[in-house]
Amino acid sequence: MRTLDQLKPKETGVVAHLMGAGNIQQRLLEMGVSDGAEIEVLRFAPLGDPMEIFVRGFHLTLRKSEAALVELESV
Amino acid sequence: MPKTFALAGNPNVGKTALFNALTGLSQTTGNYAGVTISRNHGTIHLGEVKIDLADLPGAYSLAARSPDEIIVADILLNQRKDESPVEGIIVVVDASNLERNLYFVSQLMELKKPFVVALNMMDIAERRGYEIDHEALGKALGAPVVPICAHTRLGIDELRKAILQLHDGDVKVSEAGCEFPENQAKAVSRLAEVLRGQEKRLGRVVPVPEANRILIDQGGYAELRITRQLGPEFQAELEACRAAALANGSTLAAQEAKARYGWVKEILALSLQRPATRKHSRSERIDNVLTHKLLGTLFFLAIMMVVFQSIYSWAGPVMDLVDGGIGAVGERVGGMLPEGGMLQSLVVDGMIAGVGSVLIFLPQILLLSLFISVLEDCGYMARAAFLMDKLLGWCGLSGQCFIPMLSSFACAIPGVMATRTISDRRDRFTTILVAPLMSCSARLPVYVIMISAFIPDNKVLGGLFSLPALALFLMYALGVAVAVPIAWVLKKTIFKGEKPPFILEMPSYKVPQPGVVARKVYREGKEFVVRAGTLIFAVTIVVWALAYFPRPAAVAEQYEAQRVEAEAAGLDAEALEARLTEINDLESGDYLRGSYLGQMGHVVEPVFRPLGWDWRIATATIASFPAREIIVATLGTLFNLGADEDEESEGLLATLQGATWPDGRPLFNIAVAISIMVFFALCAQCGATLITIKRETGQWRWPVLTFVYMTVLAYVGAFIAFHVATLAGLGA
Repeated sequence: MRTLDQLKPKETGVVAHLMGAGNIQQRLLEMGVSDGAEIEVLRFAPLGDPMEIFVRGFHLTLRKSEAALVELESV
Repeated sequence: MPKTFALAGNPNVGKTALFNALTGLSQTTGNYAGVTISRNHGTIHLGEVKIDLADLPGAYSLAARSPDEIIVADILLNQRKDESPVEGIIVVVDASNLERNLYFVSQLMELKKPFVVALNMMDIAERRGYEIDHEALGKALGAPVVPICAHTRLGIDELRKAILQLHDGDVKVSEAGCEFPENQAKAVSRLAEVLRGQEKRLGRVVPVPEANRILIDQGGYAELRITRQLGPEFQAELEACRAAALANGSTLAAQEAKARYGWVKEILALSLQRPATRKHSRSERIDNVLTHKLLGTLFFLAIMMVVFQSIYSWAGPVMDLVDGGIGAVGERVGGMLPEGGMLQSLVVDGMIAGVGSVLIFLPQILLLSLFISVLEDCGYMARAAFLMDKLLGWCGLSGQCFIPMLSSFACAIPGVMATRTISDRRDRFTTILVAPLMSCSARLPVYVIMISAFIPDNKVLGGLFSLPALALFLMYALGVAVAVPIAWVLKKTIFKGEKPPFILEMPSYKVPQPGVVARKVYREGKEFVVRAGTLIFAVTIVVWALAYFPRPAAVAEQYEAQRVEAEAAGLDAEALEARLTEINDLESGDYLRGSYLGQMGHVVEPVFRPLGWDWRIATATIASFPAREIIVATLGTLFNLGADEDEESEGLLATLQGATWPDGRPLFNIAVAISIMVFFALCAQCGATLITIKRETGQWRWPVLTFVYMTVLAYVGAFIAFHVATLAGLGA
């Protein structure tokens, strides 16, 4: 299964499932990283982490460790 | 009594600009009781009608985790007894980001209060090619929707009309809202029922939307607050309800998001047309540069340089003005009081000099808060956090901690105040505790005196740097080098816990609003001045008293006799003046040596001996605990110079170089100078900072901890520095 942190800039994916539970999962969900959301990876920070994505019409930054909880639908 | 409405919405949707547009100058600011979250209220005047408007902190959700979100949830649910109940809500929504904004709206709708929607940032939405049918949107939401543009005031009149309708009861509570699976709805009613049964123990009725949050937010604030009161039996009941509520999601939070975003999608299908292909916005084009691996980093460094340079040097002339002004006031007031009396000394050397030593920081604070407000308001702050997160992650912190740390190089007070932008409490407190380790501008006088008096002006590293410059740089680096492990240790011990998520919106860039910025700067300045006028004032008076008393009469008689003698010696006016000044200086030196402070210095001398210090250095150091820059004046007095010394005065340098131990050995050498500098670099000698820490954390234990750990660190550091330097042959 591909996860969000594996995408490269300009690649897109659709969220299939969020792993984990609790605080981090809920934050991601509230910010629109939930099942069915289309995500485009925009860039990684100069030191390789965190990353910036485009989701539900706005820009969001998150760490790769958090993006690794986001499973994407297989293409 | 006017009705109270709340202004609610996500962060970065222009809520403050709208608040200003609606309430004008009728604002009152303060803090919510018991927390440092600012409470902003204003009055909307609609003809005869007056409405009290509460500007709530921005929130993405009613699932409360940070102190800001707790306030939002409590105010909206009328759960704060000290605040008047909210009778209606004005929801601010970003038209260019409807999907996520409506998620929060769907939560607000469940509060069953009438509301109107202010559809802000219509200009950006149009530029992106969004077509919004606001009437269809209003019908779907069951509430008036008014398109506006807060900063150009477009649509404000229409919004005011809608607010008047809300006031007059013409807006009904919306029947619309998103539907949850039946299991969940049943579980919420069951939980609400259980909580109603506990009304006596809780002392209040828990509203259904709060029961919903208790159910969904595992480990969230709503749950913790109730389980703390009701204990383990309730916890078991809650878990049973949770198990029963799960229907079609992996967790209840996922189930909630699915339901809400599903509902939002349905509504937007009726009211929003988006262009088929995404246009790259102006914001994105800016970001291609500002978060670019190389260019972005360079730009960031440049911005930080400008910020740092400005607080460091631009504030200088203004600070000199303040300093001069305070000196002039002291002279003027002093002239009105009996010459040489205790009252004159109390007012001039105690009160005016004491408050002055704090007010002198005001220019830096205003300048820094100006920079921070502008960077925040235009949206760059989130980018700075994005760029720095990894770097700070190495000592367990997040990118949001960078600006406060950097600011602390100018002055820890605005630095500590700037930690308010850090969302995670543990990160925020860690930052507050290490921020005073950064070498602030008040340490500079100490470094300058010691370096110019004792560090030889040699070239090092192939003539590239001079030794004094290198020494100065090393003093600055020392604070950072110590702060990293301290932060790391704090995050592993006192502030241990799950690493807080770094899930941050990157808002669209916008031109900062002068009104919004000006108000913020004014507020910070005012808070600071109020503090300077109270506790810090008291502390400086105490130190003044210790340095002034007991003032034995014998000393006064002895010097009075010398004065009479000098006047009788028939010197010319100039020589007499010089002789009298000399006598006065000797007298004040004698007084200080005999004062309680001087006596304390003698008592503690053995403690400071291992650092290479004599009682005079010890006394000057103790006297500078309220404000470290006091050491310059105190050293001057102790070494029998007038108190009007500054770090560049030749007289002081020469005197220090010539100072000796009783046995005639020189008192100062490079090792002693290094030891003093290290001590001042690491010690928490700033009453103003400690009081700011108390204010920002709400508890005395944090400034106490800061003081203790830094003082211990300073002593140990100075001890090591002195002995290593002595071993290296610098002790002669």
